[in-house]
Amino acid sequence: MPEYLKKPVNKSSYMKIGIYPGCSLTGSSRDYNESVFALAEAFNIELVQIPDWNCCGATAAHNLNKDLSLALPARILALAEKHGLDEIVVPCAACYSRLVVTQNELKKDPELKNRISEVIEMDYRGTSRISNVIEWIDKYIIPELDGKIVNQFNHKVACYYGCLLVRPNKVLNYDRAEDPQTMDIVMSKLGASPVDYPYKTECCGAGFSVSRTDIVSKLSGKIIEDAEHRGAEAIVVACPMCHSNLDMRRSDINKYWKTEYKIPVIFVTQAIGLAIGLPAKKVGLKRHFVEVKIS
Amino acid sequence: MARIGVFVCHCGENISATVDCGKVKDAIGDLKHVAFSTEYKYMCSDPGQTLIKDAIKEHNLTGVVVSACSPRMHEPTFRKACAEGGLNPYLCEMANLREHCSWVHDKNELTTEKAIDIVRTQVEKVKLNSSLQPIRVPVTKTSLVIGGGIAGIQSALDIANTGHKVVMVERSPSIGGHMSQLSETFPTLDCSQCILTPRMVEVAQHPNITLYTYAEVESVEGFIGNFKVKIRKKAKSLDEKACTGCGLCTTKCPQKKIPNEFEQGMGMRPAIYVPFPQAVPNRPVIDREHCTYYIKGKCKICEIVCPTKAIRFDQPDEILELEIGAIVVATGFDIKHADFFPEYGYGKYKDVIDGLQFERLASASGPTAGVIKRPSDGEIPKNIVFIACAGSRDPAKGIAYCSKICCMYTAKHAMLYKHKVHEGKAHVFYMDIRSGGKNYDEFVRRAIEEDYVNYIRGRVSTVYERDGKLIVKGVDTLLGAQPVEIVADMVVLATAGVANSGAEDLAQKLHVSYDSHKFFAEAHPKLKPVETNTAGIFLAGACQNPKDIPDAVSQASGAAVKVAALFSQSELTREPLVAVVNRMAPPLYSTCVACGMCKPVCPYQAIELEEFKNREGKVVKKAAKINEGLCQGCGTCVAICRSKSIDLYGYSNDQVYAEVVALLNEY
Repeated sequence: MPEYLKKPVNKSSYMKIGIYPGCSLTGSSRDYNESVFALAEAFNIELVQIPDWNCCGATAAHNLNKDLSLALPARILALAEKHGLDEIVVPCAACYSRLVVTQNELKKDPELKNRISEVIEMDYRGTSRISNVIEWIDKYIIPELDGKIVNQFNHKVACYYGCLLVRPNKVLNYDRAEDPQTMDIVMSKLGASPVDYPYKTECCGAGFSVSRTDIVSKLSGKIIEDAEHRGAEAIVVACPMCHSNLDMRRSDINKYWKTEYKIPVIFVTQAIGLAIGLPAKKVGLKRHFVEVKIS
Repeated sequence: MARIGVFVCHCGENISATVDCGKVKDAIGDLKHVAFSTEYKYMCSDPGQTLIKDAIKEHNLTGVVVSACSPRMHEPTFRKACAEGGLNPYLCEMANLREHCSWVHDKNELTTEKAIDIVRTQVEKVKLNSSLQPIRVPVTKTSLVIGGGIAGIQSALDIANTGHKVVMVERSPSIGGHMSQLSETFPTLDCSQCILTPRMVEVAQHPNITLYTYAEVESVEGFIGNFKVKIRKKAKSLDEKACTGCGLCTTKCPQKKIPNEFEQGMGMRPAIYVPFPQAVPNRPVIDREHCTYYIKGKCKICEIVCPTKAIRFDQPDEILELEIGAIVVATGFDIKHADFFPEYGYGKYKDVIDGLQFERLASASGPTAGVIKRPSDGEIPKNIVFIACAGSRDPAKGIAYCSKICCMYTAKHAMLYKHKVHEGKAHVFYMDIRSGGKNYDEFVRRAIEEDYVNYIRGRVSTVYERDGKLIVKGVDTLLGAQPVEIVADMVVLATAGVANSGAEDLAQKLHVSYDSHKFFAEAHPKLKPVETNTAGIFLAGACQNPKDIPDAVSQASGAAVKVAALFSQSELTREPLVAVVNRMAPPLYSTCVACGMCKPVCPYQAIELEEFKNREGKVVKKAAKINEGLCQGCGTCVAICRSKSIDLYGYSNDQVYAEVVALLNEY
């Protein structure tokens, strides 16, 4: 078992954890949000939204102004600290990356930390533990999974990690940058058989989702093609951006490649939800563009 | 009354660029007891040394301070000059103005002041120096060669041919090393085994060479000319004298599924085995880790079939204690394997192999009898990709250095493939082609121009499997960073050469330095590439850094000459900078109270307790005694001695105290 999976497991049955939803979970990826909260409820975890949260800066801020790109996530983290949320889960991979990168930058440079504290006019200590959704599942869901699985998830799946979940590897220190494994392991525990999938961390087109759909169609098309080719019945993701490129842009992709790909794209949280018997609607499966026929 | 001479060196501009040497000379010249002070551009040059010699005579000097570079660099030079000038060499001290001052500071007043302080400490010290005589020690004229690859073989044969004894220790069951695994060698494409095996036999038969295979160095003590080495002869579970090497046991052993190390895991071997048919010695050993008898307590088939009853299941390891005068370290290298490369599948694809595995595939004695068959299904690959610099020159992988041999062996591999599979296509991804060496670049051009190997300048980002083919994605940087995708049947990684396993452990046993990659460190990168910083221990071959065969052999012969030169003397002289316990007339004998605290702290086991007896033979006093042959002058005993009875020649308490006081006092 890789080192990064040997984290201590917290067994206590009731948990209060902060959650930073970011823009996508309240908008285009409400299905992801619903499945995360449905899981939390099923496993007796209270997710507390960080009060008065703001934009993480996403891809825009760090292209324009470094201080701004650090100040936005720093304010979110400072708010979490203020409200006593020592641990926060960040389901969106882009938000996760911004928050961890900011925490790391400010830890390295105390002077910068003081300056950013002044900018946000708040105390910032940098003490919060930031988890992505797979770390959160690993820590709180997997150990409690025994006896809860009612529908073995007997499907071949392609686990697609995208870029932001594992990179930059030196900063995130999470899973291995080439051929990551954590999501494959989670899916195996549900009964699924992950395929050997070389497109795990290939680019989906990311932020070009809005401005250059042709690029997204080209890149995401390759990711889908390989998953279909290997006989996967679903692509499993943990990032709203990946999801919208592979799911929402499917008609563009099929038009670009002159194909009729029908493979559904589901969030890892939705897969767990189905396995423990939550209704499809409750985990947001009815909101997909590509119909999800598996259960 | 001390008369000290001070000689300030400019070291070209190395010192004078940041230190005002004239000012140093003047300031020191004003000190009490300094009879003469001067400066010169190159003090180590012939005129510089003459300056010192003349000044000793002219000013009747009682001590000399040369203010120049590190004593590690030129202390012997200046001590010799002093001796030639008529002064005891140990009355000469060096003040290190270069490494300790000019190289590490900017040019300003403070730098010059620091330089003056450094010289002052040495002036104070040298006033207390005493004349010392070098210690003479005998030389044991037997050398130890660690490692039986081509470098070790060459060294051993060269030393043995000068008439001196050699003990060769090899940890695997046969000598031959990596060279015995190679198919053909660049740049001539002659068969590796054919040129190596006669040498291996020569080692085994040479009257001056004692060969211990399946043996490892257990411990090394002592010093140049007088090492005491313990060797562990691992149990071969075999009476080597009784065994005739008929090989019946190896064919009858029921355990046949052990990955063969010699074949790089591409073939299987039994538990009792000879690593390869040309092995020297050609006698089997039992691999106790995998032998059914040692695991389950039953089997003994080899014992039953052996016609000469040579199997010895209860044979213990044997420890040999040897007296050795010089050591040649020739422990070789290893390579990174495919599992080191996440982007190429962490070794999970059977048809992504490393260079040594390809050597075995191409070798007539290999698992496929020289037919290039891919490991997964035995098909002959039609499209083969070679990836050079897999790991090497890649700081992200922690290996910033060039492994030196890969460009050449990749060209060789591609060529061998094309010679065996005429219709096949060979592609090589490379960063640069580094083919410096006699007839080397011509060899690479031959691969490109005559064998039509497709060289693509660029890195490979990923290799993955799809429908039984390997998809190699890379870039062609000569075509404007155009992406390249090759559908290959087999991929060969020219993986980085790395230090051999156990190198760090051995270096610590030998007390020699090693670099951050665990390669053994030479004493000087240019002028002492064969020596280590421990006298009497020399390096040969790829244990120092990856090397090709000609380089390894040249260095091995170099090491042999160093050993022969050492053995040409009947006695060695040693620096007399050793610890000494004070002695005085009876009834005191010594201020030492024989508490024995110094004994356990001595890292060289140089201290024992001496007894003083009266006329009746009764022990009246005990005191510590230091064996000056073993003492390395580290001073640990001086520090721990509670009664201040031990002192160090050349670095006495008084001398060190004088240095410190000199720094504390304004001048």
